[in-house]
Amino acid sequence: MRKIVSLLIAFILVFLPILSFSGCGYTYADLNLIGTYTREFEGTTLNVYNWGEYISDGTDDSVDVIKEFEKLTGINVNYSTFDSNETMYSQLKNGGVAYDVIAPSDYMIERLIREDMLANIDTSSLSNFNLIEDKYKSLYFDPENKYTVAYNVGLVGLIYNTNVVKKAPDSWKILWDKNYQDQILMFNNPRDAFAIAQFLLGQDLNNTDRPSWDKAADLLIDQKQYLQSYVMDEVYGKMETGEAAIAPYYAGDFLTMVENNPDLAFVYPKEGTNIFVDSLCIPKNTKNYDAALLFINFMMEPDIALANAEYIGYASPNTAVINNPDYYYYDNEILYPDEATLPPTQYFHDIDPSVRNYYENLWIDVKLH
Amino acid sequence: MKRKSLGSRIVAAPYIVWSAIFIVVPLIIMIYYSFTDATGVFSLANIAQLGKYKKAFLLSILYAIIATLVTFIIAYPLAYFMTKLKVSSQKMILMIVIFPMWMNFLIRTYSWISILANTGLINKFLAVFGIGPLKLINTPGAIILGMVYDFLPYMVLPIYTVMTKIDRSLLEAAEDLGSSALDKLRKVIFPLSLPGVVSGVTMVFVPSVSTFYISQKLGGNKTMLIGDAIEYLFNLGPDHYNVASALSLVLMALILICMAVMNRFSGEDEEGVII
Repeated sequence: MRKIVSLLIAFILVFLPILSFSGCGYTYADLNLIGTYTREFEGTTLNVYNWGEYISDGTDDSVDVIKEFEKLTGINVNYSTFDSNETMYSQLKNGGVAYDVIAPSDYMIERLIREDMLANIDTSSLSNFNLIEDKYKSLYFDPENKYTVAYNVGLVGLIYNTNVVKKAPDSWKILWDKNYQDQILMFNNPRDAFAIAQFLLGQDLNNTDRPSWDKAADLLIDQKQYLQSYVMDEVYGKMETGEAAIAPYYAGDFLTMVENNPDLAFVYPKEGTNIFVDSLCIPKNTKNYDAALLFINFMMEPDIALANAEYIGYASPNTAVINNPDYYYYDNEILYPDEATLPPTQYFHDIDPSVRNYYENLWIDVKLH
Repeated sequence: MKRKSLGSRIVAAPYIVWSAIFIVVPLIIMIYYSFTDATGVFSLANIAQLGKYKKAFLLSILYAIIATLVTFIIAYPLAYFMTKLKVSSQKMILMIVIFPMWMNFLIRTYSWISILANTGLINKFLAVFGIGPLKLINTPGAIILGMVYDFLPYMVLPIYTVMTKIDRSLLEAAEDLGSSALDKLRKVIFPLSLPGVVSGVTMVFVPSVSTFYISQKLGGNKTMLIGDAIEYLFNLGPDHYNVASALSLVLMALILICMAVMNRFSGEDEEGVII
């Protein structure tokens, strides 16, 4: 008997927090939609393949975008996530699942278009497309805007802890500063890591000249002695707790970190920085094309785009969000920097496979060193 | 030759089908990838490229040997003294050894980060006395510690199992014949426990030499062990499957060689040998 009672108490203790959280949430009546959404695809499945943590999911009283869409249209959304463009690409190519909506970055879209893996999107059929800011239409990877709808915009910058770094840095060089030995973090993926070295060397990020890549690799090898570690998502914990003092990362993610550690600051280094645009696209082998269009239009809804922009914390290309004074990041100078003072920005392009192979192998040299 | 009965064939069938699909076929795929280029033509270029990874191979083997040695030094005396305790205490200690295995090893490895970090438990504690912070994480020591911690039960269990089976009367006979405690250990207990030691060493060495997660999380992604190299190449996409397969093949060959060497030590008594 005593055993049963203690077991019961243990169960209650374990499940109490879960129960108490399941009670609250967002009330759906608040959403105001401007597009029209048919229920003709009710019961079909839509496979959405997106970056991790890249959609408002109902936590912390945010809008549960997927659930909203399912309620509105009766479509079952099968949502899955990836953590790099390359993972997404290999899943798309060999994964066996036919995805209906994906959200790759610029250079990967360029590659997907070249390899004829994306379906056309007639943007005139999307009632909300006019909300997308003009400068995010017809970008270099999709000059006629036939395949993509911009979803998020981001910039890379330098995050530093003001308790350790007293004078605001203005250059990527600080990532090579031995005064901060063992307190410096670096990107754990070749393209982003090389980009920083390339900016310091004044190179074009998309150059195909191998000796230039060699020089950048040498710079990265030289940096290794000062580094605490190479990180991607671990950067949050390490910067928030003060474990590390300097890290290059995405501007939107800095805003999340600074909420947890107000000592952090952010700067766009003078040598220039990488800009990226993640866009919604429909793979050519989609099995539910019309529902995918419906979903993309839904994602541009002012209320939905606002929820996503506030949840994700990246810059939105949607004018209904940018011009909304209630938007949490309205006029935020880090997300929406003044273009007159912003250092030069460069996009990644899809690089020739032999060059890509070359720098991916150089990265192994950096790691093995 | 003894013919197998229909019954035993039926019983064995699920495993034979399983191993054909999930062990033999993948192995063939791996060998195919190792000796072809990205277009599927026979090529030795992948194997030729492996010289570059010499350092990764050497480091992996070195770390794995150290980790295996440390686990052995911890596990052997533990297993030995456990057998001397009364049964209920043995069960208790066994429970404590196995207990961490209830949790996924990724989580256990992750928790070491918060223990070893510059702002972690140990350094916070030392800071109270004005010491530190010591550089604990992102060092080779942290990687080896992670291996030892994660794989220790795999060393303790087989050695303990074999030791409990040692016939007490043999030990008494050794004592009667006047052997010292050290002699008893050297000449009776150790030889009899060898099969357990061999399986323990294999079960710690093999996952250590091929690990990638531990080295990434506790080494700050700064050291590339052979498992890290394979993982990195596979994540780059299909163009790199060939080199990655060649690396895996060489790693498997290396492990096979190590195991063959180990099995020579195990002698004739195969009892308790797992692999």
